[in-house]
Amino acid sequence: MTSISPSAEKLPNAAITPDQLETGSSLWQDAWHRLAKNKLALIGGILLAVLTVACVAGPFFSPYSYESQNLNLGASAPSFSHWLGTDTLGRDLLVRLLVGGRISIGVGLCATVVALTIGVVYGAVAGFFGGKTDTVMMRIVDIMYALPFTIFVILLMVFFGRNIVLLFVAIGAVEWLTMARIVRGQIMSLKRMEFIEAAHSLGIGNRRIIFKHMIPNVLGPIIVYTTLTIPAVMLLEAFLSFLGLGVQPPLSSWGVLIKDGAEKMEEYPWLLIFPGTVFSLTLFSLNFLGDGLRDALDVRASKD
Amino acid sequence: MFRFIARRLLETIPVLLIIITATFFMIRFVPGGPFTAEKAVTPEILRNLEAHYGLDKPLYRQYFDYLGRLFQGDLGPSFKYPNRTVNEIIADKLPVSLELGLTSLAVALVVGITLGVLAAVKRNSWLDYASSSVAMIGICVPTFVLGPLLVLVFAIHLGWFNASGWYTPIDRVLPAATLGLVYSAYVARLTRGGMLEVLNQDYIRTARAKGASELRVIFRHALRGGLLPVVSFLGPAIAGILTGSFVIETIFQIPGLGREFVNSAFNRDYTLVLGTVILYATLIISLNLVVDVVQVWLNPKLKFD
Repeated sequence: MTSISPSAEKLPNAAITPDQLETGSSLWQDAWHRLAKNKLALIGGILLAVLTVACVAGPFFSPYSYESQNLNLGASAPSFSHWLGTDTLGRDLLVRLLVGGRISIGVGLCATVVALTIGVVYGAVAGFFGGKTDTVMMRIVDIMYALPFTIFVILLMVFFGRNIVLLFVAIGAVEWLTMARIVRGQIMSLKRMEFIEAAHSLGIGNRRIIFKHMIPNVLGPIIVYTTLTIPAVMLLEAFLSFLGLGVQPPLSSWGVLIKDGAEKMEEYPWLLIFPGTVFSLTLFSLNFLGDGLRDALDVRASKD
Repeated sequence: MFRFIARRLLETIPVLLIIITATFFMIRFVPGGPFTAEKAVTPEILRNLEAHYGLDKPLYRQYFDYLGRLFQGDLGPSFKYPNRTVNEIIADKLPVSLELGLTSLAVALVVGITLGVLAAVKRNSWLDYASSSVAMIGICVPTFVLGPLLVLVFAIHLGWFNASGWYTPIDRVLPAATLGLVYSAYVARLTRGGMLEVLNQDYIRTARAKGASELRVIFRHALRGGLLPVVSFLGPAIAGILTGSFVIETIFQIPGLGREFVNSAFNRDYTLVLGTVILYATLIISLNLVVDVVQVWLNPKLKFD
């Protein structure tokens, strides 16, 4: 990490309380202060928290279930009994949106964890061992960058059933490349630090050095790029669902709802507008929270 | 430079071979075949069909047969469209997808660079905020939301365009705008950042001091350096636009190769799947190479290695 307290430079007039003088401020406290000043990131964070709580808890408070149909009602515009209206089968859109959110956010998180694990381990190993190992491993990453992965994910989903676990794995396997590059760059620079040398001289094994000493020090960039990977993953899931390859009915995800909405928008525009808005707001929140975190933690995108 | 290009081209061969092999065997290990959907097929006819297409031979023989024909530029017959070869189908559908992709790319670059340059030159003015907001919308509203919304407003309510189809030049507007605007957002952001960095440099001050007009400074001196981040983004953007057209072609019912690819996968049309995958992979890999060359050409600090 480059700077420990750059906020002091930027704000020469800021009063320093005795309290701060005594304790100083850690990297994370500093980062938090910088993040709190970034309005877009803050709005993003709050929106995200509200959306997540609503998706997790909301359906329990609704009198409707996401799959219960009311064919007599059919598609109805937003009203007091159905705040966001109903779809053509008379299902409450609000509940379907919240339950769909669980799936979309869930896929986003799980696939990101897969990508994160592969990327961090791969990047750390390449950066730590360096030399030929590194050259070969990063060349593979370079080559994979140029591949049409979306096409393979589509093939996988078509051929091996639209399995939700496969969806996590397939998306995760696509999105780890940038993470691997970033972690590798960071590990390379950490490698020459004294505390790593000290660990080596104490006879600590490579595996322990990588996982206990190095990766905790790369946590900042990892967090930032995780926040930026989640929207990419959610976008890919929705993309697949839009092509009819993602989550299958009666389950819903935001991609599925947008697809249905787009088909029926001429008569029932609310079926497209509400899911589209919620999905866009989530992407907005995640992107700006990620950007804010990047500025706050002072992470530079390092390509090599 | 020629050594660089030659080496990269050589590298492409094993990569393509891996893609072909992986796709070939992946689609064969999948349950169901191209003829499973047709109910009226008796076992004898099925055997004849398979013999006709060479599907009764051992898998490795089929693989080498396919490779042999591929080297002669023959992608084989389609299983689902009788009497049509994959080459014919691609020749028929690819121009449509290319037209859509190139128009979208043009929209992305023209809109994105204009917005980005304006934002950087008039930093912190209303123009800057306006272009940032447009960029924000582009980044947060994916194509499959933006497309239907544009149709809803401009085709259904205002009646300016057709909701779908690909017949007249005016039918190109909405699809290209949908696909292009999303990428113009990223282009605008990168241009703004790149230009801001360049505009602070000494050679720009020198140019101004020598009395170059503001327009000349921007277009002649700053843009070349300021566009570097955009050029490195072009690789992913091109791949994204090519695959993004799958969704666009579905929304606007455009008879392009993207829709054909998704359908061929559903139909287990082995040769058509393979043909399109090979085509897309080759396109994306070679365009990436072009982007790399342009990047070094624009930035003398980088060297071909």
